[in-house]
Amino acid sequence: MSGAGRTLVVLLEDHPGALTRVTSLFRRRNFNIDSLAVGHSERPGISRMSVVVAGDASEVDQVVKQLHKLIEVVEVRDVSDGAPLLREMALIRVRADSTKRGEVTELAKLFGARVVDISHNTLTLEITGAEHKVESLVKLLSKFGIEEMVRSGRIAMARDSAGASVGMDEALSA
Amino acid sequence: MTITVEKSADTRKEQDAVPRRLTGSRIVCEALIEEGVREMWGYPGGAIMPFYDALKEYPELHHVLVRHEQAAAHAADGFARATGRVGVCVATSGPGATNLVTGLATAYMDSVPVVAITGQVARPGIGRDSFQETDIVGVTMPITKHNFLVSSAAELGPIVHEAFRIARSGRPGPVLVDVPKDVQNELAEYTPPAERAPSSPRAERPTRDTYERAARLISSAHRPLIIAGHGVIISGAYDELRAFAEHTGIPVITTLLGISCFPESHPLSLGMPGMHGPAHVNRAIDQADLIVGVGMRFDDRVTGDLRYWAPNARIVHMDIDPAEIGKNVPTAVGIVADAKEGLARLTAACEPGDHDEWLRGIRAGMRPEREVPTGDRFSPAEVLAAIKRTTDGRAKLVTDVGQHQMWAARFYGYDRPNSHISSGGLGTMGYALPAAMGVKAGCPGDPVWVVAGDGGIQMNIQELGTIAQEGYDIKVAILNNGYLGMVRQWQEFFHNRNYAETRISSPDYSLLCRAFGLEGRKVEHRADVEAAVEWAMSRKGAVVLDFTIEQEANVYPMVPAGGTVAGMIEEPEAER
Ligand SMILES: Cc1ncc(C[n+]2csc(CCOP(=O)(O)OP(=O)(O)O)c2C)c(N)n1
Repeated sequence: MSGAGRTLVVLLEDHPGALTRVTSLFRRRNFNIDSLAVGHSERPGISRMSVVVAGDASEVDQVVKQLHKLIEVVEVRDVSDGAPLLREMALIRVRADSTKRGEVTELAKLFGARVVDISHNTLTLEITGAEHKVESLVKLLSKFGIEEMVRSGRIAMARDSAGASVGMDEALSA
Repeated sequence: MTITVEKSADTRKEQDAVPRRLTGSRIVCEALIEEGVREMWGYPGGAIMPFYDALKEYPELHHVLVRHEQAAAHAADGFARATGRVGVCVATSGPGATNLVTGLATAYMDSVPVVAITGQVARPGIGRDSFQETDIVGVTMPITKHNFLVSSAAELGPIVHEAFRIARSGRPGPVLVDVPKDVQNELAEYTPPAERAPSSPRAERPTRDTYERAARLISSAHRPLIIAGHGVIISGAYDELRAFAEHTGIPVITTLLGISCFPESHPLSLGMPGMHGPAHVNRAIDQADLIVGVGMRFDDRVTGDLRYWAPNARIVHMDIDPAEIGKNVPTAVGIVADAKEGLARLTAACEPGDHDEWLRGIRAGMRPEREVPTGDRFSPAEVLAAIKRTTDGRAKLVTDVGQHQMWAARFYGYDRPNSHISSGGLGTMGYALPAAMGVKAGCPGDPVWVVAGDGGIQMNIQELGTIAQEGYDIKVAILNNGYLGMVRQWQEFFHNRNYAETRISSPDYSLLCRAFGLEGRKVEHRADVEAAVEWAMSRKGAVVLDFTIEQEANVYPMVPAGGTVAGMIEEPEAER
């Protein structure tokens, strides 16, 4: 379950401007980037980025090579092969008055989503999982009317056991 | 370096005692000296004044006051291209820094190591639209290899050294260091780096297997070609290229920026490919079954429509930048290497070969380069020939952008390594005159000739002032056709001769030279060409020769932009 597009993990120095350099590169080279998520890594001073590239193999190759040329980029890995751990998180505020509340909570339960906020007319759900799972929930919720949504974009990590434990997370996360 | 200068440097050091706390400005100066810098080109202003203040304490740093910051960047670029060392330019914040932009973009496109030092408003003023504040780091991000905004004097020394390392390592390029005014005044310790950190190549070195696979393709090819580019010059791989070509018997094509990486009088030399390459070169590429690209990047001015370019050829591509491999053309074997080492290893892996028949076939298709017109009129080729004869081929030619650039590329016959300098990737009009200042500073013993059009020379003509003040011995040949010739040619070919805004007048250049305290002459008759060039060489300082050439001459042949060999426009017989 690797999702569409290739997934790159990029480690870069945590300098002001380093992120701008990466996004400026994507724009200037006209690369097809589907999503980009950044945060701290386990190493102090090093940020970690998960990038989803939509293009064909030669485009992905160019993205990797051009990223390597940025001085602040420490490492670029294409983790698409070997069934990487791919997750996305979303907060979804859906219209649900008292008559719909039950149906929405039921759906949430099926997807392992949590209700994190509630008002007279809305429910806010938090879901974490593979993108297709988030996607399905969004689709099912849309008939109620989605008022607001935020998605983190794909975050990725290669498996330590490279293949040995494939499916474990799928089993655990439904 | 005179003894007095050495002494003053010593006393300075003693005064400071260890550990040395210096102002940011002095740290920059010391770091520049440590990097071997002796010349720089720049222009002062508010935000860089502390640096200029400190500069006067370092007489070993020679600063040349240009007339426009663009010229400072081009001069630093010319110096770097001519010497292989990092060129340095300096500007103030805001307009000073933005004036550098064209020069940095020019250096970036052609992989030229330049370090630009710019002043920035003081730290508390940053982000407040302060007077003359421009986010020059943001502006130059896409046109520098890297850039820095320095946030404290303590990191200034390391950053300047890092800037030099980045500029010259791997595929070279410009680096900008933006220094806030208060950082220039701040005190910090400076210790020169104990040893130069070796530049760490990120790509793995190619294995023997890579070279052997390339060698197998080379030995099984019947119609192979080498296309050599700027990378050969940057790497100084002249001997290695020659050894490789002679060992394998493969003919050599040189890109615009590759010109002078291989002697053009060599029997294996074919000339320049692409839009204005001679027909036999492009036809050879069309027929080739193998192309070995070395230190070049399959630029669109070389290939035209990629789908039809070199349709029968497999590609072996050697370049120091891994991102170039496979960027524009699919590659059979990619070799990520510096040309000097890569070519030596490739030669060792290859069997000796010869391709005499293939070479003869290509040469049979050669047309003699432009015939000399009869009568009183002279051709650009004759001007170039006169320069070559008069200088015994020892000159460095710095060319601008346009028709004259193509004529200078085609008709001169470069035999000396790195004797042709031009803005290729960006095609920057106005480049040649300021760049020549850097070339002259870097190679004071070589005659330096600018070849420019009447359009481009007027773009940075103000630098005659710098040339006069510095006493630079630069000779200038203007090929004056009264038009922005290259654009006029496109209008002739593709826009129904609608000569919109390409007619251009010129000042009386001799008079202008006089105003600057220089000498100049107009040359209108064939009989005067050689004598004028000799006269220019006999004069001590800068001389401008204004050659009146045919107004509507064209550069032939021409493969239209994005076109193919089949669509090549050749010279009509009537014009020959
Ligand atoms: C800064 C800049 N502006 C515009 C152009 C577009 N351009 C390319 S060649 C050319 C004409 C050059 O005319 P001239 O300097 O007279 O040289 P010629 O072609 O006549 O030899 C122009 C305008 C350019 N390359 N650079």
